[in-house]
Amino acid sequence: MIDQGPLIPRNREMHPVPYYPDYKTSVARSPSLPLLSMESGPSEETGPTFGHDQIGALDNNLILNWTKGAAPAVGERILMHGRVLDENGRAVPETLIEIWQANAGGRYRHKKDGYLAPLDPNFGGCGRTLTDANGCYQFLTIRPGAYPWPNRGNDWRPMHIHISVYGHSFGQRLITQMYFEGDPLIERCPIAATIRNRSQLDRLVAPLDMAASRPLDFLAYKFDIVLRGRRQTMFENKLEGL
Amino acid sequence: MVQPLTVLPESPSQTAGPYVHIGLMPTYAGNPGAYAEEIGTSPIAEGAQGTVIEIVGSVYDGTGWALRDALIESWQPDAAGIFPGQPGADPAVSGLCRFAADAVSGEFTLRTVKPGPVPSRYGKAFAPHISLWVVARGINIGLQTRIYFEDEDNSDDPLLARIEQRPRVETLIAKKIGENRYRFDIRLQGAGETVFLDL
Ligand SMILES: [Fe+2]
Repeated sequence: MIDQGPLIPRNREMHPVPYYPDYKTSVARSPSLPLLSMESGPSEETGPTFGHDQIGALDNNLILNWTKGAAPAVGERILMHGRVLDENGRAVPETLIEIWQANAGGRYRHKKDGYLAPLDPNFGGCGRTLTDANGCYQFLTIRPGAYPWPNRGNDWRPMHIHISVYGHSFGQRLITQMYFEGDPLIERCPIAATIRNRSQLDRLVAPLDMAASRPLDFLAYKFDIVLRGRRQTMFENKLEGL
Repeated sequence: MVQPLTVLPESPSQTAGPYVHIGLMPTYAGNPGAYAEEIGTSPIAEGAQGTVIEIVGSVYDGTGWALRDALIESWQPDAAGIFPGQPGADPAVSGLCRFAADAVSGEFTLRTVKPGPVPSRYGKAFAPHISLWVVARGINIGLQTRIYFEDEDNSDDPLLARIEQRPRVETLIAKKIGENRYRFDIRLQGAGETVFLDL
């Protein structure tokens, strides 16, 4: 097997700060001691693989998957699409993407969500797909509603879709959220604000993509995802003392 | 001036939030049947080689309260230390498991086979361990850690050797509580804080 080289160390400046008092739950759930940094090994450089046979035909269609195609979900129809790349700019093919979201009224289908907006009997709120050979993926869904949450006196989450990606190794594992261009709640959200680097937060805001939208059917939003890459050099020395 | 260095930065993480189970463990969220086959329900299938073990524990916040909404993923090799997808791997070991803190007690259970040691790029092998990735509301970027075992020889492990404060090594070592049963608690913050990893 070819040794692809270790993962490029994570640049934590590009990520949210773990401790952010305006997001109150983070206060008691963020480590106070430094992380132990070390070059990746086999446990981080390998990861689960998934086959197309595990993915159902409607799994990436959240408008229809909850009712198995019987009736469409309520809401503004949208296509969420994009590419998964690594830090070296290479496509990440055949990787699992899972998403979950609230319905058009901002309510989640979860045993712990008691928001007064009603459940949509035709909407479950989860979907999954594998990227194709070029790293591209698509979901058909509805635009999720904004919703209030108990934090400061009156906090609302901007419209968002949660996204989970594996890449090709466990060390590339990433969960993030997609926001929507033009949503005024992004600026007011303490969870979005945990990302202190503004240009990094902008990378989670999907632009409206009229070229990919379908007339008389759905609007499109484009959301590319970049995962950690691997260092590739022919000069890999044995490090002493490890 | 210099040539532009075109490196794409990694997309930033965001918290998995309180409803992460809808996406990753739909049955736990109360939505059985969302998918024909859920992913990561068990890291092993019938006939997996090696010793089947059970690891129980909780994830505690800085006040000592066990999280009721944590979701954990584990990744590991088979009993011989070979990862799924590598030549010679045990076909009955998928390696991935998703498990959640119980909504009432906060306790989780992982049932798997004990993994074998894993060679490292630089000589000394890693002692048997299971990699964990912990997400929850209030955790802004997934936390990596590892489960080692108190009944294995951990003395030459290159990662444990890097922990300066030796008592902290214990935070990564599962304690035997019965025949093939272990306890492994995760402390996010404060006294006994788990060593979290950046690998
Ligand atoms: Fe959410």
